[in-house]
Amino acid sequence: MLAFLIRRLVQAALVMFVISIIAFSIQDNLGDPLRELLGQSVSEKQRQILRDKMGLNDPFLIQYGRFLKKAIHGDLGTSYFFKRPAVDVILDKLPATLELVFGASLIIIVFSVPIGVFAAIYPKHWFSKFSMGASIVGISIPVFLTAILSIYVFSVEFGWLPSFGRGETVDFFGWRTGFLTRDGLVHLILPCIALSSIMLPLFIRLIRSEMMEVLESEYVKFAWAKGLQPRRIWFLHALKNTLLPVITVGGVQIGTLIAFTILTETVFQWPGMGFLFLEAVNRVDTPLIIAYLIVVGLIFVITNTIVDLIYGLVNPTVRLTRPQE
Amino acid sequence: MSVALLEIRNLEVRFAMRHVTLVALRDVSFAINRGERLGIVGESGAGKSVAAFSILNLISKPGYISAGEILFEGRDLTKLGPQEMRKIRGNRISMIFQDPMMTLNPVLTVGTQLTECLHAHRELSEPEAREIAMERLAQVHIPSPEARFDQYPHELSGGMRQRIVIATALLTNPWLIIADEPTTALDVTIQAEIMDLLLELCESQNVALILITHDLGVVSQVTERAIVMYAGRVVEEAPTREIVRAAKHPYTQGLIGALPQQTESRRRLKQIRGVMPALTEIPPGCAFHPRCPYVLDVCRVQLPGYSIKNGARVACHMVAAQMQTEAKESES
Amino acid sequence: MSPGAWHRFADSRVLWSFRHDKVAIVSFAVMCVYILLSFSAPLIAPYNPYDPTTIDIMDSEIPPAWLENGDTRFALGTDAQGRDMLSTILYGTRISLTIGICAVLLQAFLGITIGLISGYFGGRLDNFLMRVADIQLSFSTLMVAIIVLAVFQALFGTELYERLAILMLILVIGIAEWPQYARTVRASVLAEKKKEYVDAVRVIGLNPVRIMFRHILPNTLSPILVISTVQIANAIVSEAALSFLGLGMPVTKPSLGSLINSGFEFIFSGSWWITIIPGIVLVILVLVMNLLGDWLRDVLNPKLYKE
Repeated sequence: MLAFLIRRLVQAALVMFVISIIAFSIQDNLGDPLRELLGQSVSEKQRQILRDKMGLNDPFLIQYGRFLKKAIHGDLGTSYFFKRPAVDVILDKLPATLELVFGASLIIIVFSVPIGVFAAIYPKHWFSKFSMGASIVGISIPVFLTAILSIYVFSVEFGWLPSFGRGETVDFFGWRTGFLTRDGLVHLILPCIALSSIMLPLFIRLIRSEMMEVLESEYVKFAWAKGLQPRRIWFLHALKNTLLPVITVGGVQIGTLIAFTILTETVFQWPGMGFLFLEAVNRVDTPLIIAYLIVVGLIFVITNTIVDLIYGLVNPTVRLTRPQE
Repeated sequence: MSVALLEIRNLEVRFAMRHVTLVALRDVSFAINRGERLGIVGESGAGKSVAAFSILNLISKPGYISAGEILFEGRDLTKLGPQEMRKIRGNRISMIFQDPMMTLNPVLTVGTQLTECLHAHRELSEPEAREIAMERLAQVHIPSPEARFDQYPHELSGGMRQRIVIATALLTNPWLIIADEPTTALDVTIQAEIMDLLLELCESQNVALILITHDLGVVSQVTERAIVMYAGRVVEEAPTREIVRAAKHPYTQGLIGALPQQTESRRRLKQIRGVMPALTEIPPGCAFHPRCPYVLDVCRVQLPGYSIKNGARVACHMVAAQMQTEAKESES
Repeated sequence: MSPGAWHRFADSRVLWSFRHDKVAIVSFAVMCVYILLSFSAPLIAPYNPYDPTTIDIMDSEIPPAWLENGDTRFALGTDAQGRDMLSTILYGTRISLTIGICAVLLQAFLGITIGLISGYFGGRLDNFLMRVADIQLSFSTLMVAIIVLAVFQALFGTELYERLAILMLILVIGIAEWPQYARTVRASVLAEKKKEYVDAVRVIGLNPVRIMFRHILPNTLSPILVISTVQIANAIVSEAALSFLGLGMPVTKPSLGSLINSGFEFIFSGSWWITIIPGIVLVILVLVMNLLGDWLRDVLNPKLYKE
């Protein structure tokens, strides 16, 4: 277990290292701290002196080392626009994005597993055929379009649900949440549905095809031959094996889900990290861009590591005690 | 014994493909008594496995039983509802599959897979079920059953896994075990071991065995009676000794001739020419006629009926003609 | 059976299945209509949306012709700048399709090349390339594309970006998704390498690479076809998403995605057609590609490399 964990952590650190180099090169090319500090009225000579003093003329590696040291201490520079530490600005918006991702994941898990399993067990049933047809349409509608359409239908035409913002949020141990107020929950509905709209059909189809494959396997046949209850065969023997590849794909799709938050947040003007990131791009707010890159990279690496660990725990054929291969 | 344990009458199994319906089994009949061991022999694709799986109503998807009866203890299994059928499976009739690497669920422990079968058929507490499972593991000569109990299948060798499958089959003291090529996927060195174990257990517990195999050698060692299948039909049935010594059907003769043990005797090792036809292209008349060395004109047009003599039966025009002449000779 | 005969058999089976599948026929027909109409846009479009002299701001936000206040000059209405929606959509579809197809061609080229190299040489190089493929796959294409394009835009300014937008989109989407092809081709190469004729060819003194190429490419044709169909759909969606975020095609030369984006703010004032009509056009295009991909997968049933 420990060796497995260490291996995963080393890999995670490596990915973070690459991301930090990319982030640093962006900063190196994009941000001119002097312009922000001094404005245009300072002479070239004074600039050079200041550059030396600030270490901006040092070799790349030394500058990168300094960047890394600061980054580890959570200092990724000050946002040009907000005049506050970029990390603070990002972390302020983190709860909004995570709640969106959480809500969407909830929808995906709650609906994809039962529908996928049902469609695999009863492929000829009208509901299975319907969900398969609906899912291919669902996959074909881009997330931002689902978002726009849902706004058009539910906000503009019917006026049932709010179309932008988080609504009323409350402080929950330092975490501003929309899950605890009626208004906040109402505001979550459309963005979460929109965010899950591509992933849900994707997972329904994935679970169905994996489950159908598993149901044809010899060990499921043997389970039938043992005279087990159908429930036990479907939900223990088959489902456990179905979920293994699904977990792996799920880990990969988390990255896509975070990318989709940028789209969803843009449409719903959701005050999260993705929305902030796009604004930062338009304002060329380099420290903020970099902070987003690092934070998203971190989220991505952490979730992938957790997913791998879960996979290792669920799948007995992965030897946790010894390194693989 | 008056009533057979299992009697299959005129079984027909079809596979409904998208555009055609294929007949996988036609007019298959045989019976097995309590404690008897029956071999079903044939090439792959002859319908042996389909016959075995149809007994437990476990034929894969597009397949279904289109006609016939499967009488088990006098009850027709084809007419049972899913719950009643479930009570037969793994309880009165157990199965052993071909490849032990694929038969056990990779994500469940050996113990879970053993005890769940008991829980499905008996009202037992967990410790009671565990005790019975341990007992069976010891019976199939598994060293240190306690340690194996909590292991996952991938931690065990192929032979060990097949022993566990056999233990599973024996858990509920069934009356009939259907073994579908139980040793084909194993190393040659342990094939005999597993087969001996199966034979020993069936004899000691008085369990009937249907052994499906393409290997006439194994059949001759283990079973008392054998049926030979070709292209979805039973072509010959006789006591195993009869079949090995004096097979009547040209196909069976061909199979025997192909056995390596026969090379030293007067017969030469020879393959049957040609291959068994796929279900889509079964020829009219006797399905074996394109490969048969003794083919008659009638074989090409008419499906041979069964000639029955001394508890053996053969579906062959040539044999039928021979028997007729023999009968006439004895009359005159 | 000779390879030629086998192919004729496969072709006839595919054709047979095609003729018996209404969904496939309709999808294929719709796709053909899309390609035909969009690529002949300069000939059939009533206006040229790139020519500012034909646009009159007074014509802005006219609803489609069948609605009240519609104008027969503009069958599908006009957008906020007064551009004819029908013409803009035709041109936009052309851009979306071009980017989708070119990006997938790039993916396929990269993937097939890397897959062949990886499979043929094996060893450490193979190990390295497949590890890179794993990492590449684990990163979301859209995420990578958003960041690359955002940084590019910030670095070089919007003006240069707008000129290079098509190229950048093709490059980013094309480079990010090669691993699928690479894995499929590699698996096929490995299978082929085991066959005896490769050794035989080498013994005779012929170049085994050329011979293998001639064997491998036909073998990988069906998986590549299946992957490509779905990949074109994905590429079009990715392009639309990027353009919607303002990181893709500029409003002056809109693809379907940027068209949807440009109309989004007017949805609240009731001018739904600027967003919804290109949206429907996009969805139908992606849907028929996905349906064709599904059908091809069912019919050809290739061994796809599972992710």
